[in-house]
Amino acid sequence: MPAATNTLETVRSVTEGGYRWGFETAIEQELIPKGLDEAVIRLISAKKEEPAWLLEWRLKAFRAWQSMEEPRWAAVRYPPIDYQNLHYYAAPKQKTRPKSLDEVDPELLRTYEKLGIPLREQEQLAGVAVDAVFDSVSVATTFKEKLAEAGVIFCSFSEAVREHPDLVRRWLGTVVPPSDNYFAALNSAVFSDGSFVFVPKGVRCPMELSTYFRINARNTGQFERTLIVAEEGSYVSYLEGCTAPQRDENQLHAAVVELVALDEATIKYSTVQNWYPGDAKGRGGIYNFVTKRGACRGAKSKISWTQVETGSAITWKYPSCILQGEGSVGEFYSVAITNNRQQADTGTKMIHIGPRTRSTIVSKGISAGEGQNTYRGLVRILPKAQHARNFTQCDSLLIGDRCGAHTVPYIESRNPTARVEHEATTSRIAEDQLFYCRQRGMTEEEAVGLIVNGFAREVLKELPMEFAVEAQKLLAISLEGSVG
Amino acid sequence: MLKIEGLKVSVEGKEVLRGIDLEVPAGEVHAIMGPNGSGKSTLGYVLAGREGYEVTAGSVTFRGRDLLAMEPEERAAAGLFLAFQYPVELPGVGNANFLRQALNAVRRARGEAELDAVQFLKLVRGKVKALGMTEEMLKRAVNVGYSGGEKKRNEILQMAILEPAFCILDETDSGLDIDALKIVAEGVNALRSSDRGMLVITHYQRLLDYIVPDRVHVLLAGRIVQSGGPELARALEAKGYGELQAAA
Ligand SMILES: Nc1ncnc2c1ncn2[C@@H]1O[C@H](COP(=O)(O)OP(=O)(O)OP(=O)(O)O)[C@@H](O)[C@H]1O
Ligand SMILES: [Mg+2]
Repeated sequence: MPAATNTLETVRSVTEGGYRWGFETAIEQELIPKGLDEAVIRLISAKKEEPAWLLEWRLKAFRAWQSMEEPRWAAVRYPPIDYQNLHYYAAPKQKTRPKSLDEVDPELLRTYEKLGIPLREQEQLAGVAVDAVFDSVSVATTFKEKLAEAGVIFCSFSEAVREHPDLVRRWLGTVVPPSDNYFAALNSAVFSDGSFVFVPKGVRCPMELSTYFRINARNTGQFERTLIVAEEGSYVSYLEGCTAPQRDENQLHAAVVELVALDEATIKYSTVQNWYPGDAKGRGGIYNFVTKRGACRGAKSKISWTQVETGSAITWKYPSCILQGEGSVGEFYSVAITNNRQQADTGTKMIHIGPRTRSTIVSKGISAGEGQNTYRGLVRILPKAQHARNFTQCDSLLIGDRCGAHTVPYIESRNPTARVEHEATTSRIAEDQLFYCRQRGMTEEEAVGLIVNGFAREVLKELPMEFAVEAQKLLAISLEGSVG
Repeated sequence: MLKIEGLKVSVEGKEVLRGIDLEVPAGEVHAIMGPNGSGKSTLGYVLAGREGYEVTAGSVTFRGRDLLAMEPEERAAAGLFLAFQYPVELPGVGNANFLRQALNAVRRARGEAELDAVQFLKLVRGKVKALGMTEEMLKRAVNVGYSGGEKKRNEILQMAILEPAFCILDETDSGLDIDALKIVAEGVNALRSSDRGMLVITHYQRLLDYIVPDRVHVLLAGRIVQSGGPELARALEAKGYGELQAAA
């Protein structure tokens, strides 16, 4: 068998070879009827016992959404989405709000265990607090008390609305305004749950925070909302993981993530996105249309995005940084794999507003099968951004000859003292590399995993340890960089 | 241990090996010499199972098995090791990680337990020291930015760790300084044993001063045209291939 075909087979078995997270949880659901109008939004808001201001906020977003058009500029193709043929709220049926894990439906706990995320604190990897979001609601948040001792608030979004309404009201929509874009407006109108993090002045969050999103219900849109606020001099590292059952129909996921970093605060946001990608023929899979944006409001603040995107049928996602504070820093590290019929159009936006702001972009795209991978990145330097700097590195790895990689950088500099650098490469896994590894005893599958992992190394090393392991397994690899 | 009979190999439609007969019993070291382009590396690649080398005639038996029917990784698991003339770069792949993955793959195939990170580090540190390498080399990406000599030493490090039953060294001495040559030769000699065979491809007598071969073969235009003891290598060094080429 020629090398290319062989490799393709391998990648197929590595990345597709049965999506291991594709099971379904049999659980009683509370679903509101399909369709979207103001009444549905009122119903969602009422179910969540929200204050009047939030309902108003949602309705405003809904009206904005109705006047907007679905964006078509991304290099992704999919049939029109019928927004009236979706459920906008699905929740596991529970009589009362669980006060502790003992009151959570054991079937749900088992689901997370199967996903490798035990929610019982004593069974967990030390040092990671988890918020588990199942369809539209958060089912449990661990280590809350320990975090509270440090003054850190980490809870589901709904709980934050109930317990910390002033904080939510102060920050919600300040980074991604409700009418920012089509999917953000939709999310603002119907968002169900998500995570809320608040780290007060001077506090270094004592553990990694993590949210694990699971879509289970059929024909249901998933619209989470995450808001992280880091006050002056604070630090927090946050991880997000996601999976979904294997289904033939496509499912819509339109999340919004907002980050705010005040003076000298640092937020590290990592994602391992492993939504169901669809099968080899392109049936099923998640449509992932996500708006993620961080605002470096304060001087010397820093926001760092790291993402490993292996799943979803379609990924439309540009985690961005608004670099407002003087000397603030934005980073974007990304690995995106597309295989079979997967399409990814992903990248970042670095908006340099303040003087001496700096940004780094490292994007690694891996395409196999008939996968299409587009890096789309904007670096904008505004007139006041004296001595701003950006460095962008975009590398593409092609496996086989039916896939594609595209790099679309937009650079707009309106300050002559700014320096913007862009480097891009495209390569293939070479036959001699595979042979070298196999001569040393590795199977072709292991060899591909090793080489792909090496290619993605600069990004993977940015992930927190707890996630690095999962990410490496996802790329079908063992311990890169843990020795030596 | 290794028996090659009537082996003919074509590359891109061109016959490069034109009927090779060669037997290397366990415990022996055989040297192959020959001018550039005579087919020495091709022989190494064919034995290791590289794609693109079409065997048109002949057979190879290795430890009683039909070598040519096996996948490259099966040959490696069976104990066949090729030190490459041009070691391949693997960007981003840490050397230690590569070594560990290779060792564990081979150990799995031999039915031995895999080594964990701690056990592995202990093993590798000892070997690194013996080969006069630095531990810094373990952290770097495989062969990326290595000097020519460092690449060759790295091949020998892999060999020392994998402890293969049969080693093919393809011009491992080229590009080594005098001290490195001695160290590498010591590494190779340390592996010499009654149950291990070796095929050493080289252009220079110098290496064979340190690794004294049992037999020397001269490969010329895809055929072994002369075989003899260690003295043959010395004669070639003095006279070159001219006479043999004229006779062929
Ligand atoms: N992939 C290939 N495509 C075309 N020709 C090839 C290929 N590989 C080897 N050859 C040819 O086969 C012949 C033998 O090559 P080989 O590399 O085995 O020589 P060698 O004896 O190892 O030479 P050297 O001493 O220079 O290393 C040469 O003429 C070479 O050009
Ligand atoms: Mg050669």
